[in-house]
Amino acid sequence: MNWVLVILGGMIGAPLRYLTDRAVRSRHDTDFPWGTFAVNAGGSFVLGTLTGAVTAGAADSHLQLLLGTGLCGALTTYSTFSYETLRLAQGGARFLAAANAVASVTAGLGAVYVGLAVARALWS
Amino acid sequence: MPSPDAPVADPVRPTPWHGQAPVVAVVAVGGGIGAGARYAAALLWPTGTTGFPWTTFWVNVVGCFVIGLFMVAITERWTAHRLVRPFFGTGVLGGFTTFSTYAVDIQRLIEEGRPATGLAYLAATLLAALTAVRLAATTAERVVRTSPAPRREKGKRSS
Repeated sequence: MNWVLVILGGMIGAPLRYLTDRAVRSRHDTDFPWGTFAVNAGGSFVLGTLTGAVTAGAADSHLQLLLGTGLCGALTTYSTFSYETLRLAQGGARFLAAANAVASVTAGLGAVYVGLAVARALWS
Repeated sequence: MPSPDAPVADPVRPTPWHGQAPVVAVVAVGGGIGAGARYAAALLWPTGTTGFPWTTFWVNVVGCFVIGLFMVAITERWTAHRLVRPFFGTGVLGGFTTFSTYAVDIQRLIEEGRPATGLAYLAATLLAALTAVRLAATTAERVVRTSPAPRREKGKRSS
């Protein structure tokens, strides 16, 4: 059961990242990897909210496996993030590479705190 | 060289979502495999009493190393089928590595009164992941340059 939930979540999260990235790229023609930035921040927000919901007793371990381990885990990515950062640096855009690293980590962590605050407001 | 998550070129008509169904399908299958592999790693090596999330750390670092090798291999070495990059790069490796768990782990360590460990984890993952992808890509590029290319004329690039 647990495995099914994680794999099912992963099967939803990964294509969501692909489609988000594709939608962002079709609208914005920039070197900055906004698509990956968006899914990493968005997924961190969802996982922060879910963590708050679990702490408040509003979500159980099954939902955590499906949405947290599976969906948010696959929606967000460290491999594409680091590869895109490397490509920016190697392409001469050292400032954009550093900005991507700093902004992604800051936005991800900030999104977790916002998600926790939302969960606290909703379920406490 | 495209990003691992870059859209796959539409083969026939350039309408926005044409030809994307097989790509989305292989990304989904790959994502399920990657997420399952990460879950397996978490069950095999549960985070110990030190509180440092070593399993997520290594999952992310290994995933970054593999994507560095993989992207050079399929863009500079082999003419891969159009579904290979979305399946393995976007799906499997994207599903395996995680940014959200990394961010929540940092928050949890700070919340538990261990901000130093949290910041060390934040910096160590970032540095190790970027070092791993760079090391893998430069190593793979060196191998590609020093050995004769198979299935392709010398000096000819596929993309």
